[in-house]
Amino acid sequence: MALAALAQSQVRVPRTVEAGSAFSIPTSGSGKATLYIVGPSQVLRHDVQLGETVNFTSGELHSAGHYLAILAGDSSAETSEFEVVAAHPPATLSFLARPSRLAVDLPDAISGVVYVFDIFGNLSLEPEQVTFQLSGNGGPVQTRSATTRNGVAWVKMNSSPKAGAAKLEARVGSVTESRILEQVPGEPCKLNVSARRTGQRVQLETAPINDCRGNAVPDGTVVTFTETSSDGTQATVDVPLKRGVAKTDMPAYQGATISVATGLVMGNVVQVGDAR
Amino acid sequence: MIAARMIAANKMGPVLVCMILLAASSLGQSSGPRMLEKQTEMAARRDYLQAWKTMRNALEGNRPEMLDASFIGPAKEKLAEAIQEQQTLGMKTVYRDTGHNLSVTFYSPEGLSIQVMDTVDYDVQVIDHDKVMETRHVQSHYIAILTPTEVRWTVRVFEAVPE
Repeated sequence: MALAALAQSQVRVPRTVEAGSAFSIPTSGSGKATLYIVGPSQVLRHDVQLGETVNFTSGELHSAGHYLAILAGDSSAETSEFEVVAAHPPATLSFLARPSRLAVDLPDAISGVVYVFDIFGNLSLEPEQVTFQLSGNGGPVQTRSATTRNGVAWVKMNSSPKAGAAKLEARVGSVTESRILEQVPGEPCKLNVSARRTGQRVQLETAPINDCRGNAVPDGTVVTFTETSSDGTQATVDVPLKRGVAKTDMPAYQGATISVATGLVMGNVVQVGDAR
Repeated sequence: MIAARMIAANKMGPVLVCMILLAASSLGQSSGPRMLEKQTEMAARRDYLQAWKTMRNALEGNRPEMLDASFIGPAKEKLAEAIQEQQTLGMKTVYRDTGHNLSVTFYSPEGLSIQVMDTVDYDVQVIDHDKVMETRHVQSHYIAILTPTEVRWTVRVFEAVPE
């Protein structure tokens, strides 16, 4: 290639190119040269006949970033810089929802973070409206919206009043991602125990134990029965919930009191009376 | 605002000047819902700057396996693709970062991602079959998303963005 021809040539690249779109770089002058498109994420090389237009096909340059366009001859080069930006519309979401398991009815306990990407995996920096929706298990649907900033949007949401699996969904345009969260009952709310004397024993049984939103506390939750005799000695029985209730029997010492507790909740106290 | 300036000798070339600006007081508003502890901030900054060295060595040596040290996911795939293209074309690129102005723009509430913006100065050298085709100084703006692994923050998204 004639050096003079390259010296007169210009690399006229667009300032920005949308990722994956077809574009052209016209050249001027005469002779042969090589056009390099160089960025950290993609490197392309085209042999060029100066004076002709170099066409880049759809999808050829697909990684967003800052690029050099170098039109090089044997002994000199012309260089321009340009940006490749994410394609539109968004195509994929990276969605983080935490925690995966939590108690019901907790304010701002669920966090959702969404990163928005185009079809080529480039972070979409254009502001996008993200709708977050928490639903499922018959509870009320919660909806929040946030606008992405630098490709990311986040929200905090309350856990539902009803226990069970809930779906947290993030939506941008027609793109959705969802995560399942397990919402478990909270701490027991009330504790009632009934007693029935049978000879030298007292049969004790709790009412079904719920949290303050009416969700049944899970089986296995330990209920502690404590009997305090009139001389101050104590006996304790720990009973796991089975089918929502805890049952046990204890010695019927005259004048003893039996208390019941689970978690932070105390139940009613039973006074052991005369067997007669 | 906390401003920390780090000057370190860069054995590869010019002095590396990193000005890290981390707006701790504004993190609650501009960086998301979670406060960024100093120790976490320093670790993320250190690992991000290390990622530039990793990228430089991988692209200069056409060694995609080196990316594992600092990159994961889409960032690693894209850089590996560039290395693959370089290998096919018989090319190398050499990136020498000479200055960073780094700020944290988002720290996710569960602590699983940090987003940083970086105005970076670097020299890039393009080599085709051992012939230097161009050496150019570039200033560009980068956005990176880092996620924690067992021992360090790794770069999951790494892109230059328009100003």
